[in-house]
Amino acid sequence: MPRVTDESAVALVRALIADEPPADDGPGGTAGWLQRLCRTAARALPATGAGVSMLSPQGARGVVAASSPASEDLEELQFTLGEGPCIDAFASRQPVLESDLGNGAGARWPAYAPAARERGIQAVFAFPLQIGAARLGVLDVYRDRPGRMSATGVAQALAFAEVAVTALLDGQQNAGEGRSAGGLDDALDYRSELYQAQGMVAVQLGVDLDDAMARLRAYSYSHDRRLADVARDVVGRRVVLSRDDT
Amino acid sequence: MSAMHAERIAEMFVQAADTLVDDFDLIEFLQMVTTLSAEFTDAAAAGLLLGDHEGRLQFMAASDEETRLLELFQVQIHEGPCQDCFREGTPVINADLAEAAERWPLFAPKAVEAGFRSVHAFPLRLRGERIGALNLFGHEPGRMQPSDARIVQALADVATIGLLQERAIKRGELLTEQLQGALNSRVVIEQAKGAIAQRRDIDVDAAFALIRDYARSNGLRLGVVAHAVLDDPASMPDLTAG
Repeated sequence: MPRVTDESAVALVRALIADEPPADDGPGGTAGWLQRLCRTAARALPATGAGVSMLSPQGARGVVAASSPASEDLEELQFTLGEGPCIDAFASRQPVLESDLGNGAGARWPAYAPAARERGIQAVFAFPLQIGAARLGVLDVYRDRPGRMSATGVAQALAFAEVAVTALLDGQQNAGEGRSAGGLDDALDYRSELYQAQGMVAVQLGVDLDDAMARLRAYSYSHDRRLADVARDVVGRRVVLSRDDT
Repeated sequence: MSAMHAERIAEMFVQAADTLVDDFDLIEFLQMVTTLSAEFTDAAAAGLLLGDHEGRLQFMAASDEETRLLELFQVQIHEGPCQDCFREGTPVINADLAEAAERWPLFAPKAVEAGFRSVHAFPLRLRGERIGALNLFGHEPGRMQPSDARIVQALADVATIGLLQERAIKRGELLTEQLQGALNSRVVIEQAKGAIAQRRDIDVDAAFALIRDYARSNGLRLGVVAHAVLDDPASMPDLTAG
């Protein structure tokens, strides 16, 4: 995808983010900054919510920041179900703009479309975070009403995406090789239990890591619990997954 | 300017500006710039030099790989019109090689010997940053018109934008790789903590202490041990046996 953002649009987005106060209990560093970016995007575009997730070509994926817990759950939902605009945008390296989840989107995302609508979302706009051939993740924008995003909105969302890429890479530049961008470490602390649970379940059930993560996601989805909470219980041995658990 | 001429110029700029495709190849791109500029000006030959990280000019591409021509580019690493325009940031136009022995004692006689009479050099520059020079040779003296010189400079400017863009992207790609790599290392360590906690029936903090101590006493990197715990637990029975 060619770089279409112009410098003034990017500068405006940065100014907007600077006005957004940090959350009281939010993460620090890069993840905290990205949370402010998500909140600003929700305010400015406008949208019901926004989230940033990192994905790797090897299949690793995780939410880094979101404008609200509800948006974080929506981000997680795509990974739980293994489908959605975010995943398509990352794979195709192009934005995916779904203006009406109730109109034919079920063909494209048979599990995700109804699940998102159950959570009150009617439109999703996903923008890949990438530079050159390298892919980092996706910025997702959610709305509770159907309707196309205007050309101005899309242009501004692309500016948000570019600012997000810069934030991730600047953090990395400051951290140096072998260490992850300051504050992303904090975001990982939030999620360290998830990966610990993954390792435990892999050994418990004798399955590979991908399978273990899929089972954790499936369990949280079918029990209608947040993935992070299930992970905490697994690590605390309050929940033990069995082979039959779906 | 004839219609065909104008069309050729437009085509030239479109080609030169098309640097955002996924399979951008730096050397191919630079060769195209030299070929286009030689064609457009009816120059006998063109070459492009870029400054390396220490600011020394290095030969990168030419419209023609003939040995004597390549030598002329090599000489210009030390002295010559490219050196001048790279340092000053201004073009050298219509320099008469037969009269240039004092200005370029190494370069000028060699160039004359190779059959050239005129030479031009255009800086590759963007907002004060100078990254190299575009070099043109002619068999006859003083033939480039100011209007043509402006167009070649514009071509050099387009090439510069493409090059700087490509560098920024390469740097971004490298940082991305580092970031993904570092994050992945963290993730692997967390997964290994969970795996050892499960195998040895201990909590994750105790599991981490075991992994760390095992790595230290065996002179292994933490990441290596973590990977092995997950991929090949049988290789570390002292650590993984429950």
